[in-house]
Amino acid sequence: MDFIGGKLLQVVIALAVFAAIIGLLMLLVDRAPKSAKDKITVIGFLAPAAVLLLVGLVYPAVQTSFLAFTDSAGRLNGLDNFVWMFTQPEALATLRNTVIWTVLVPLLSTVFGLAYAVFIDKARGERILKALVFMPMAISFVGAGIIWKLVYDYRGPGIEQTGVLNALRVALGMEPKQFLLDAPENTVFLIIVMVWIQTGFAMVILSAAIKGVPMELVEAARLDGANPWQQFRNVTVPGIRGSLVVVLTTITIATLKVFDIVRTMTAGNYDTSVVANEMYTQAFRAGEPGRGAALALILFLMVLPIVVYNARVLRQQKEIR
Amino acid sequence: MTVMPVPDEAAKNTRTESKRVGRAVDPDDAAPIMRRVKGKLTSRWATAAAVVIAVVWTVPTFGLLVSSIRPAAKQVGPRSDGWWNFFADWDFTFKNYVDVTAAAGSQSANLSQYFVNSLAIVVPVTVFVLVLASMAAYIFAWGNFKGREAGFIFVFALQIIPLQMALIPLLQLFTQVLQIPPGSYTQLWIAHTIFGLPLGIFLLHNFISEIPGEVIEAAKVDGAGHTTIFWRIILPLSVPALASLAIFQFLWVWNDLLVALVFSGGTADVAPITQRLAEISGTRGSRDYLNPAAAFVSIIVPLAVFFGLQRYFVRGLLAGGLKG
Repeated sequence: MDFIGGKLLQVVIALAVFAAIIGLLMLLVDRAPKSAKDKITVIGFLAPAAVLLLVGLVYPAVQTSFLAFTDSAGRLNGLDNFVWMFTQPEALATLRNTVIWTVLVPLLSTVFGLAYAVFIDKARGERILKALVFMPMAISFVGAGIIWKLVYDYRGPGIEQTGVLNALRVALGMEPKQFLLDAPENTVFLIIVMVWIQTGFAMVILSAAIKGVPMELVEAARLDGANPWQQFRNVTVPGIRGSLVVVLTTITIATLKVFDIVRTMTAGNYDTSVVANEMYTQAFRAGEPGRGAALALILFLMVLPIVVYNARVLRQQKEIR
Repeated sequence: MTVMPVPDEAAKNTRTESKRVGRAVDPDDAAPIMRRVKGKLTSRWATAAAVVIAVVWTVPTFGLLVSSIRPAAKQVGPRSDGWWNFFADWDFTFKNYVDVTAAAGSQSANLSQYFVNSLAIVVPVTVFVLVLASMAAYIFAWGNFKGREAGFIFVFALQIIPLQMALIPLLQLFTQVLQIPPGSYTQLWIAHTIFGLPLGIFLLHNFISEIPGEVIEAAKVDGAGHTTIFWRIILPLSVPALASLAIFQFLWVWNDLLVALVFSGGTADVAPITQRLAEISGTRGSRDYLNPAAAFVSIIVPLAVFFGLQRYFVRGLLAGGLKG
């Protein structure tokens, strides 16, 4: 256990250095001359975050956009990387899979999350029921990958199955299936893992929103003769529209960036790769940073409309306030 | 994952919900009405569906836990069978856990070292993000400068830049310009802090901007400067928001694989447990039976954090406010 000492020391030093920097900043702000006090306060409080974000996020993003137009030797090659992306069958499969992911994951997670939130609303043991479905949020994608590999485990016909799903198939008289090998449905089986993780998130948000829908509206609809489905459809859903948009956007963005699930379960083989995984493979494994950057840029362009939409909503709400 | 709540009125909605119901319907009438409505809505089918979902969502993790305490021969090889057979013959062992954490032999997973690495990465990053994000959030909320709105919207938008776009240049910057040695925690600390800041600033801003202005004015009248107000008033009042952000940040960094793969160098000195887990689960071999135990070691901390602090975590999810 002697390795712990050195590591602990590093952590302590890092925290001490950080504390010293922040302490110094605070001292500077405090001692600033009255005439420039406001200016120095703003700079002192904002500078650390601003510098980190500009250097670590804005500059790299711009840099990557340029990198997307260069080849593996760093020479400009125009649109070659994009031509590659939209002509190579493997790259096209990657794009196709990403589209399938971004459609299915938000849709399924939200539907399951919403249904579950409605079903357990005010039920006995609501908190425990919520925790069970929410729990996968705390598990890493790598951990989730291992958990689901166990679920999808395959043995040849006639041998005792160790995966739950194949055991069920055999019990029902079907042949065992290689869930992760057979394209194109293997992508769906990977998507199920992401849905498993994200449903809890959707459920928690939507459950809170449902509780915010005024009871008297639901009651009024009931008195007008609406059945439970109509009450849900015409009162609850419009009442939680804002939350539905938030949930769908958030899960869509998370899905676009998803990387670890594919990486741990199939490593992108058998036609299951997605843009985020392929980007890593090209840039860090295949020695093609230009192609990796081009894929990252495409990812950004896919997220961009969502950014614009949400920034506009944000601004509108600021104005209301 | 990234969470991106749109700031809105719903946090308030949930808070005032009971009041609103009370206003519209007399409390004495409300109870029987609600009971009747509830009776209509929660049919037996809905309950059954809920139970099915809960079971389906829990069984995979439960299977992992059971697998992890079954002897090797039951998990791999000719005598192996499904984990559910555990309930027929109670054959269990903790040997898998010992094998997976003990730091002996090149074949060993050595998880304890990586486990410590994960902690050494997560703790400073959480502190860095909390302090830097709350400073920026405070000035965005209560500072008085040109471009405050625009700056905040810009930070909000940064939240959704895919990490993938930043990785290559950032790695070059670290190794070539700043000369930060690879195989140290420093690269991971800085990278994670950067990636955690946009959401951190965003979440805290929403909370801090709702602190009543009179509180701050009163302090100013008493002669307090910005630093005093920030440390003595803003931070103590923001504890609920800080707690939920801390949990978020902890879970993300603990569960991260991508940043670790790019910046850690992959050695037992620095790499986190997720990275080791991805390695050992990626190679098929005679020691496959250790995977469930290894996975469980890696998820035990986030699960403990999650179940212990669930209340704050959920509050954090809702802190940005959601329109009902």
